[in-house]
Amino acid sequence: MSSARTYNSIVLVKQVPDTKNITGDVMKDDGTMNRSALPAVFNPEDLNALEMALRVREQHGGQVTVMTMGPPQAAEVLRESLYRGADQVVLISDRKFAGADTLATSYALTCAVQKQGDYDLIFCGRQAIDGDTAQVGPQTAEKLGIPQITYAETVVDLEGDELVVERALPLGKELVKCMLPCLLTVVSTANQPRPASARKRIEYKLAATPLEYRSLLKKWPEFGTEEALDAYLEARDMKLPVWSAADVGIQDGNIGLAGSPTQVYKVNFVVLETAESKEVSADQEGIAALLEELIQEYIVG
Amino acid sequence: MTNQSNSRDVWVFIEQEEGVIADVSLELLAKAQELAGTLDSQVCGLMCGYQVEDLAETVIHHGADRVLWADHPELEMYRTLPYAKVTTKLVQEQQPYILIFGATAIGRDLAPRVASASRAGLTADCTDLQIGDYTSKKDKRTYNDLLLQIRPAFGGNIIATIINPKMHPQMATVREGVMRRQEPDVTRQGSVEKIEPTFDESDLALRILSRETRESEINLKDSPIIVSGGGGVDSEESFELVRELAHVLGGEVGASRAAVDAGLVSREHQVGQTGTTVRPRLYIAAGISGAVQHRAGMDESAKIIAINTDPNAPIFEIAHYKIVGDLTEVIPMMIRALREKAK
Repeated sequence: MSSARTYNSIVLVKQVPDTKNITGDVMKDDGTMNRSALPAVFNPEDLNALEMALRVREQHGGQVTVMTMGPPQAAEVLRESLYRGADQVVLISDRKFAGADTLATSYALTCAVQKQGDYDLIFCGRQAIDGDTAQVGPQTAEKLGIPQITYAETVVDLEGDELVVERALPLGKELVKCMLPCLLTVVSTANQPRPASARKRIEYKLAATPLEYRSLLKKWPEFGTEEALDAYLEARDMKLPVWSAADVGIQDGNIGLAGSPTQVYKVNFVVLETAESKEVSADQEGIAALLEELIQEYIVG
Repeated sequence: MTNQSNSRDVWVFIEQEEGVIADVSLELLAKAQELAGTLDSQVCGLMCGYQVEDLAETVIHHGADRVLWADHPELEMYRTLPYAKVTTKLVQEQQPYILIFGATAIGRDLAPRVASASRAGLTADCTDLQIGDYTSKKDKRTYNDLLLQIRPAFGGNIIATIINPKMHPQMATVREGVMRRQEPDVTRQGSVEKIEPTFDESDLALRILSRETRESEINLKDSPIIVSGGGGVDSEESFELVRELAHVLGGEVGASRAAVDAGLVSREHQVGQTGTTVRPRLYIAAGISGAVQHRAGMDESAKIIAINTDPNAPIFEIAHYKIVGDLTEVIPMMIRALREKAK
């Protein structure tokens, strides 16, 4: 360890539909989405954020806590975080969160971060591939009253209560020095996230939240009851915590739909517009005629 | 922050670096003027900087009725906290109806911070803004003249229209290049108000140690002709053909994400949802299948020529000229034909 003190990190991650691999059956005829047809993945840049936090821990010591807000199945990204080396994880889940926009989400995350407390650094991915808004990180920083470093690419130095980070700008780099605690949003070029460790995958094979017990009992009927399963996981330190809105001290009206100033007015499915089109034969005459036409129309030349 | 403000004014955050106003800010001024026309209200440009008063005139010439200019040495280079403090304070004091930012690295850093502090709704990366009415199905209440914030979502597969019926200002960031800026009107008059903010230590928790920026090599969004290569361009040599055709046509080189990810060309050349939005006079798509993410950035081009070996490639559905063939054969034919014409 190179410095006298250690640094605790919180990493905020999100499970997202894999929008890069959308297939035809995902979009229904009425223009709405069939979300269940989309595979859910660990938001790619959140893996870069986790990697940055793990490297800080490896260099300076401290704890890495991963939090996600989402439905019960979002526990999957928490397990994926444990497989990569997170020390502890928390699922923030409540039906009351449904319909949250970025403002309401950042409020819920802020409450959870405050409940956890004792942090020096917060890491988020730059943006999530489902909304591409890049808003929740800065909004959470604002609510916590701490500075933010967006587009963080490299932690250059961490000493005492100060952090030096290189930011990736669209046309260049910026080196900034910031007082702790602060929040970083991490870009994909920051690092190569480590794969899940096979050893940890086995170690955390049983890790589950109570919200998953019902479906786990179908898989492992030998446990019989949720209570028995709970006792078994608890004894092995494999019970993943779930914090509800009440657990993190949330005031209704600030979360879910009611706490979201933005709302969706309408959604249109992108349809291919068939332009009036001409087939051009892929030979020298065809091509020459096409270019002649474009020159005549003053498009070329 | 507030349920209804009396002001109907449209504010534009004017982004400037080293005394140069970002193109997107000028584009937004034109849009703001259109929105303010519908709302019968005024356009206000909000600018932060140090000794950049000269820029206020440009802001007025491009559509502002009024410029609010915060002047302080700590505002010389963009930093989140001082800029957010100034912007938030002005927003809370004067309660604009609408506040828009360019969806640039700066706008996307600043806007969420201001929105959170003001408890206002914010929509990211809009590609269009309109004014319209909305009737809530729940309480049958009608909200007139809302800002309709239109943006692609889910990787460009849907176009969502977002509204903020209750909490104002209605805030949005807008993509660069999607609004058209106006020719400056040098006869336009407006007022300029200088603000002298103060900062305390906590506002200055972050310091810039150094900044290295380079000039952009290309100007995709202003180029009348763009030749783009995609995943069907499978080698450096083939991509060289794309460059050569662009050169002969006097245009710029574009690319789809596939070509950028393959390392054939730098990310600055990427056209599409996560790249630049373009609307040139002529767009030539070579070896681009036409994923929705790519089309979102170029489907408003005046003429589109698509070259692809796959006759069923989606790009053909928006192309004006379809060439089913191998780009390594078709592009040399185009270059030859153009050279012949030039003789």
